[in-house]
Amino acid sequence: MNPAWIIQTADFLAAFLFIYGLKRMSSPVTARSGIHVAGYGMLLATLAGFLYVFGISPAAAPHLTMNLGLAVGALLVGVAWAWRGGKTVPLTAMPQMVALYNGMGGGAAGAIAAVELLGGKADNAIHLTVTLVGAVIGSVSFSGSLIAWAKLDGRINKPWRIRGQVVLNSIVLLAALAVGLAVAVGVAGVPTHVLIGLFFGIALLYGVMLTMPIGGADMPVVISLYNALTGLAVGLDGFVLGNAALMIAGMVVGSAGTLLTLLMARAMNRSVSNVLFSHFGDVSLESTGEIKGRMKPVEASDAAVTMRYAGKVIIVPGYGLAAAQAQQKLYEFVKTLQAAGVEVKFAIHPVAGRMPGHMDVLLAEAGVPYDLIFELEDVNDEFSGTDVALVIGANDVVNPAARTDKTSPIYGMPILNVDQAHQVYVIKRGQGKGYAGVENELFFADNTNMVYGDAREVLVKMIQAVKELGEGSESAA
Amino acid sequence: MNVETGMVGFVALYIFMLAAFTGYEVIARVPAILHTPLMSGSNFVHGIVVVGAMYALLNASSTPEQVVGVIGVFLGAANAAGGYVVTERMLEMFKSSRPTKH
Repeated sequence: MNPAWIIQTADFLAAFLFIYGLKRMSSPVTARSGIHVAGYGMLLATLAGFLYVFGISPAAAPHLTMNLGLAVGALLVGVAWAWRGGKTVPLTAMPQMVALYNGMGGGAAGAIAAVELLGGKADNAIHLTVTLVGAVIGSVSFSGSLIAWAKLDGRINKPWRIRGQVVLNSIVLLAALAVGLAVAVGVAGVPTHVLIGLFFGIALLYGVMLTMPIGGADMPVVISLYNALTGLAVGLDGFVLGNAALMIAGMVVGSAGTLLTLLMARAMNRSVSNVLFSHFGDVSLESTGEIKGRMKPVEASDAAVTMRYAGKVIIVPGYGLAAAQAQQKLYEFVKTLQAAGVEVKFAIHPVAGRMPGHMDVLLAEAGVPYDLIFELEDVNDEFSGTDVALVIGANDVVNPAARTDKTSPIYGMPILNVDQAHQVYVIKRGQGKGYAGVENELFFADNTNMVYGDAREVLVKMIQAVKELGEGSESAA
Repeated sequence: MNVETGMVGFVALYIFMLAAFTGYEVIARVPAILHTPLMSGSNFVHGIVVVGAMYALLNASSTPEQVVGVIGVFLGAANAAGGYVVTERMLEMFKSSRPTKH
């Protein structure tokens, strides 16, 4: 059988398996099989990719053995390195791993475009244009994702901002496009590979400069955007290489990722351009002095006893829960409350944690049933009829300033109406601000008490307190 | 531009358009609970870029092309393998919670 036919058939099946797999991933019941289905597609397409050796260009023929060896080596090293990294990373680090691997995909897309440009293989205007556009998008996604990874991983802690940054960034992007044009038409006296190197350098720089000023709270939106961009770059590379599987998979991810980005931005009541260019968390400093009242600390055991005798408790988890790895203890505590007849619900803000659905994944890991978990719009009216709201390591998503304070950078973002509960307990590691760098007046409210400490240790104390109470009441009865 | 190449270009446009709608429809009605795994899953799917990188490397005819091609294959392979493992680990947790339901 003709190798080209085998490759085409494998790519066709891979494209089908990717879409079918994604479809299965979009329902909790079938999600797990979805990734396996897509995985078979990837395996098939990659193995079939080795059949390219039967149809290589005459210029590359003398290098075939060398190239094949390099391909096998790079493939094995890449798979082994990423497989090990993905297996060993703790659950809390998942968001930055998505950013990291997404950046690598963007880099690969950029590399393909670079090989095409270096080899002068794009021979007409349309191919050349698409190659250059794919190169810019892939490079920006690569360097931008790596910055996002470094920020989420705590390697870069402060947003880097300078005056006139938006203008400067625009100039850098225009410079990249100008050099791209120079690559296309050629400049007398300058070797093409120098221009290509300069072109990629500026494009990579743009990704860094675009991402550096964006605050950590916006990283979910940024990662989702770069995910969509990588997809787009892969799709464009697919067009350049005449590979339909790349075109389909890339464009499916491009559009799905774009929709996901818009959904996330909408959850924060902001536009994507606002996220990228407004430099969130910039203006919060002057509003700190206006908050009246003081933070009132309370013992973990006292808070636990109050919840034990409450009728209804709503729990609002945030990144602090993930950071403390306290999800198992939390569910254990919830079960002791349920055993005492307390109605418990979980309220999840769309951008709680570092990624949309981050909290859902965490609670699912601890074994919390889906029917206890509610999204913002389904649960927000219930807080006024709730005895206790327990906030664990969440801050910006419960900040009432988003409703009232027009000077606050998070003004307009829908929040969980935790402050309307009769009693609010906030488990928090210290007195610091949230990820957006904004002071939270909820912590100063009359009906709020603070429980300071690591979420895991606090929950252990709470479980202990409720259990002691249970034993006491049994002996009394 | 002759008729044939014009047609090929348009077939590419049709593929892009239909794929874009497919991606939109697949994601459109997904509960927020699956947003992170789906972002991770779609991150895995664009790991198919590794196949393109292999094609580019196998057709490389100069040292710079080979160097960049090797980088491309390495990065693409890491994207695919890492994306798979991370997504699988996330979705595994969903399974463990199912028996506790009802």
